Amino acid sequence: MAERSFKAEVEHLRKGAGDTFTGEGILAITKALLENGVGYVGGYQGAPISHLMDVLADAEELMAELGVRFEANASEAAAAAMLAASVHYPIRGAVTFKGPVGVNVASDALANLCSSGVNGGALIIVGEDYGEGSSIMQERSHGFAMKSQFWLLDPRPNLPSITKAVKDGFELSEASNTPVMLMVRIRSCHVTGSFETRDNVAPPLTVKQAIANPQSDFNRVVLPPMSYVHEQDKIKNRWPAAEKFITENKLNEVFGPEKAPLGIVVQGGMYNGLIRALQRLGLADVFGNTEVPIYCLNVTYPIVRDEFDAFCAGKDHILVVEEGQPEHIEQQLGAFLYKAGAKLKLYGKDVLPMAGEYTGQVMLDGVTAFLKAAAPEMLPGKVRAPNAEAPQIPDLSKTVPIRPPGFCTGCPERPIFAGMKLVEQELGKHQITGDIGCHLFGSLPPFEIGGATMGYGLGPAANAAFDGGGDRRAISMLGDGGFWHNGLSSSIGNMVFNKSDNVVVIVDNYYSAATGGQDVLSSRAHNDTKSTGNPISAALKGVGVEWIRQIDHTYDVAKVRDTVREALLTDFKGPKVIVASSECMLNKQRREKPLRTAAIKEGRRVDVPRFGVDADVCTGDHACIRLSGCPSLSLKRLDDPLRDDPVAHIDQTCVGCGNCGEVADAAVLCPSFYRADVVHNPGGFERWRAGLRGRVIGWLQERRAGKRLSVLETAP
Amino acid sequence: MNMPLQQQTPDARVGEIIKLAVLAVGGQGGGVLTGWIEALARAQGYACQATSVAGVAQRTGATIYYVEMTPQSDQAPVFALAPSGGDVDVMIAAEMMEVGRSIMRGFVTPDRTTLIGSTHRALAVSEKMAPGDGIADADEVRAAAEIAAQRLILADMDRLAIEQGSVISSSLFGALAGSGALPFPRAAFEEAICAGGKGVEASLRGFAAGYDAAQGDEVAAVSAPVEAAGGKVNGPAALMKEWQTLMARIAAMPGPVQDMAKAGLAKVVDFQDCAYGGEYLDHLDGVLARDSAARDWALSAAAAKYIANAMAYDDIIRVADLKTRSTRFDRITGEMNVEEGQLVELTEFFHPRAEEIASLMPAKMGAKWEADPRRMAMLDRWFNKGRRLRTHRLRSFVMLHLLGGLKGYRRRTRRHEVEQAHLTEWLRQSLAPLERDYALSVELLKCRRLIKGYSDTHVRGLSKFATVMEAAKLLDGREDAADWVARLREAALQDPDGKALDGAVQTIRSFI
Repeated sequence: MAERSFKAEVEHLRKGAGDTFTGEGILAITKALLENGVGYVGGYQGAPISHLMDVLADAEELMAELGVRFEANASEAAAAAMLAASVHYPIRGAVTFKGPVGVNVASDALANLCSSGVNGGALIIVGEDYGEGSSIMQERSHGFAMKSQFWLLDPRPNLPSITKAVKDGFELSEASNTPVMLMVRIRSCHVTGSFETRDNVAPPLTVKQAIANPQSDFNRVVLPPMSYVHEQDKIKNRWPAAEKFITENKLNEVFGPEKAPLGIVVQGGMYNGLIRALQRLGLADVFGNTEVPIYCLNVTYPIVRDEFDAFCAGKDHILVVEEGQPEHIEQQLGAFLYKAGAKLKLYGKDVLPMAGEYTGQVMLDGVTAFLKAAAPEMLPGKVRAPNAEAPQIPDLSKTVPIRPPGFCTGCPERPIFAGMKLVEQELGKHQITGDIGCHLFGSLPPFEIGGATMGYGLGPAANAAFDGGGDRRAISMLGDGGFWHNGLSSSIGNMVFNKSDNVVVIVDNYYSAATGGQDVLSSRAHNDTKSTGNPISAALKGVGVEWIRQIDHTYDVAKVRDTVREALLTDFKGPKVIVASSECMLNKQRREKPLRTAAIKEGRRVDVPRFGVDADVCTGDHACIRLSGCPSLSLKRLDDPLRDDPVAHIDQTCVGCGNCGEVADAAVLCPSFYRADVVHNPGGFERWRAGLRGRVIGWLQERRAGKRLSVLETAP
Repeated sequence: MNMPLQQQTPDARVGEIIKLAVLAVGGQGGGVLTGWIEALARAQGYACQATSVAGVAQRTGATIYYVEMTPQSDQAPVFALAPSGGDVDVMIAAEMMEVGRSIMRGFVTPDRTTLIGSTHRALAVSEKMAPGDGIADADEVRAAAEIAAQRLILADMDRLAIEQGSVISSSLFGALAGSGALPFPRAAFEEAICAGGKGVEASLRGFAAGYDAAQGDEVAAVSAPVEAAGGKVNGPAALMKEWQTLMARIAAMPGPVQDMAKAGLAKVVDFQDCAYGGEYLDHLDGVLARDSAARDWALSAAAAKYIANAMAYDDIIRVADLKTRSTRFDRITGEMNVEEGQLVELTEFFHPRAEEIASLMPAKMGAKWEADPRRMAMLDRWFNKGRRLRTHRLRSFVMLHLLGGLKGYRRRTRRHEVEQAHLTEWLRQSLAPLERDYALSVELLKCRRLIKGYSDTHVRGLSKFATVMEAAKLLDGREDAADWVARLREAALQDPDGKALDGAVQTIRSFI
């Protein structure tokens, strides 16, 4: 079960003609898919489109009614490969994953798909993870469209435009026999708004019907000499067909006055940011009616030269607003102008920065710089000659600490890294590679375990250079998500085949947790439509791993420490794999908390654990925090003039995972921690026994208190 | 050639767009808050757009939600997807350092921004990790907020919500209503909560608390005046008499030393007994005799603090005593919100090593065992393992209770002997340069702060302390010796392995 449920929202997907849908971008995209007769959908989760996968999963019932097949693909490559169904059959298919990393993984299948060409509309919905909030390297997916010749849509970030792009995408794909990528940016995926809905349309040909009548055509196979024909077909037929469709259906938009000496070319996705800059300069009204002509590229690849030339006619200055690098569009437009011998001046990555997100300020500065050069008289007086000096606000950059993401309260991965840290203290530093997933947070303070990460499921593969062995064994991290995505073959299989002597720690938290808690093959939960409960250790045995250690309770820090130590020191030659399994606490709490509350309400006995710190025993050395970093384990300043340093403190968000006690024990830290189990609805005998104990303990305490001075009653 | 365009009159309606940003830490319910604001605006006839970033950044990292709204009309307005510096009307920051971050990022400007912030702290890992005090300075953020915001509402929104059994999103929503920054009545806000349909009662209570906080003046930090330690003392008459005698000795001390001496005395007497308290005052008298009012008795005040800490060392007896007091049980019951009819079961985590066992032996015997690796190995075999004591049960409680009652024997233990020797040596070394360099002596006394923790952490603390005291010898005679010792001490508190300290010592060696 995914972290966020869209069961309630999914009901809105049933809306028909004349209704208005109000909600998030990802839901609107799903609704548009259904309105456009999609025959099959799939994808692989990852921010910012994780929730699109969740919506699709939650909408499975509705889709089944329409005859739409939903597949939770094993990887982006698998998702892209699924579009093969649209090569021969006139069925519309859509898959979704994140860009550009998901596109990297998918690129093999995408290249083949593009060579073959499609018959049914093939739509790849990519959540472009770029700019603030992104968790990956900063690159663009744009280049993939250029190299494989598929078309790239980048619609304006509002629900009517995004849903229209879904419709346009399918039609463009069919008109040009080419897959189409629909790109939505981080904030577009979760932008809210409204659009007019249409009736859902069942696919004219369902996948079930198609398979009853199988088709093949060797002309579509990527083999010579057909592949040479494919290349020519792309250039001679598909591209012109696409340009024709784009122009005739006005996929790109032109705003503002027809005649002006200057204009701006903008990616559709950056349109709102551009308008805001113009609004702030007094050059656009609240509805986006602009004084500066805008050529809005809802299709960013291919660039239709005739349209661009028409826009440029009579203009002396053109600004290209294109986020990210390299500046593919600007280069293309520059080439157009140069070859045409045009005299107009092209601005772009000179007034705007080459790299980084185009935030509001960057956009304002860039547009202002453009106008200063191209039409200074358009700028408001205060920009041309600012008179009011901005007040000096104290610099807080040295005060405010950075707050990178980290393990959640009670995360089962924390004790794994605590155990590894203890081994490091004992045996010294080892060569460690990380992988993609929550466990990558282990590379941050306080643990700082793990260096490079080379891609999803590639942690152990990234240590392959060290497979030959040496004085110290190398360690690689791998998550259950990464294991099933790619790790089993590329990482584990690679180690077995190359007789690696290294160590792998597989973090098995029952979900693809970092992407929002989707199920994977080894998930423990029952799932009606997916096969779960396939143990990782069985897969490991299957590919020939002999040394496997299964840890079923990662909170046992001492056991983690001893197992890692054993793996590093054993005489066994060959890959050593530790599978450390405990449920993701975020998902566990979501699952168990309602049950617990209900049980308490019903009067059943429930034991709720929480940890605490005795402030008078804690000396404020914070050694425990250096082995934890738990959000609920914090510090508190005491009202005690004798104390210099704040002491450890556990707040009420503690879920009683046990890590604090285990670490205090395994690392021999200090006796300040205690666990308090509050027993709700205790039984009769239990109450009687507790009463008896309480009386004896109370008597002993009173007896001693009576013999001494109580001087510290006011101290905490 | 076209005519050049002219600057138009800006569209007044652009200025009417309300831009609101929420800066939260992942898991604080920023999404819920944003959902309420959105529902509120739409219900009030506004066109509204919200954006958020879902993903890894939300797992305890800082994240921004952004809302724009303007009165609905027949045309769709164009809203931005992210806040721009200098262009935010309402900034809600759900934690004090996030308040700082919102200012740093330029989202708070004096011409327009209402800043609603929670003063509570969710400490970042970097703040918590330092062995010393790495907590960021909230006062600096507050000072910046006062300059940067047009209107400032700061209160502990987290506490306000928790007191009402709710979470911070509700009190922040209340504060937003109370601020009057949005043109909607209070009832409309409350309807948005009701329409949400989850935990409505608690949310409304949290909302009201936030509303009141925003309406009233800034909520003053609630901290009941803490009675000075030692202020409330009771016990058997004979002991009270001894106590009074000790207090009388303090009354005769110079004013600036008295408070610290009282706190120190209370700690030492609580640790052992009044006789031990007397020894504490003897040590202090020794320092006072060499001190004077010329430096405002700074040396004696430092001595009063650190001698007490040195004398009340953390041995097993002290821990066992503290863990078995009735006041502790009461405190835990309160902290865990235990209600009538519920029971509390306690588990303590002990991990004694050979060192702790040997330190509990009679001094001579302990020294002998400590010097013999075979015997220590034997002790480790017998004792060195984690022990979980269930102190709500009689067996474990009685064991700890008996250990905690070994005060009469404590002064004969190996640990006491070691601590006494250490204390004497530390005082001797610290006071040695007194006649030449008063400030250096004060700083050396303060180095006692480095000794803390148990087992390995304690050993590392001792070694850092030794390093600083050793380096101080190099500095003796220099004018800036005291400054350097203070710097060394701060460096020692920066990281656990003493890397910063080693660096600082290297620097000293380079110029000596």
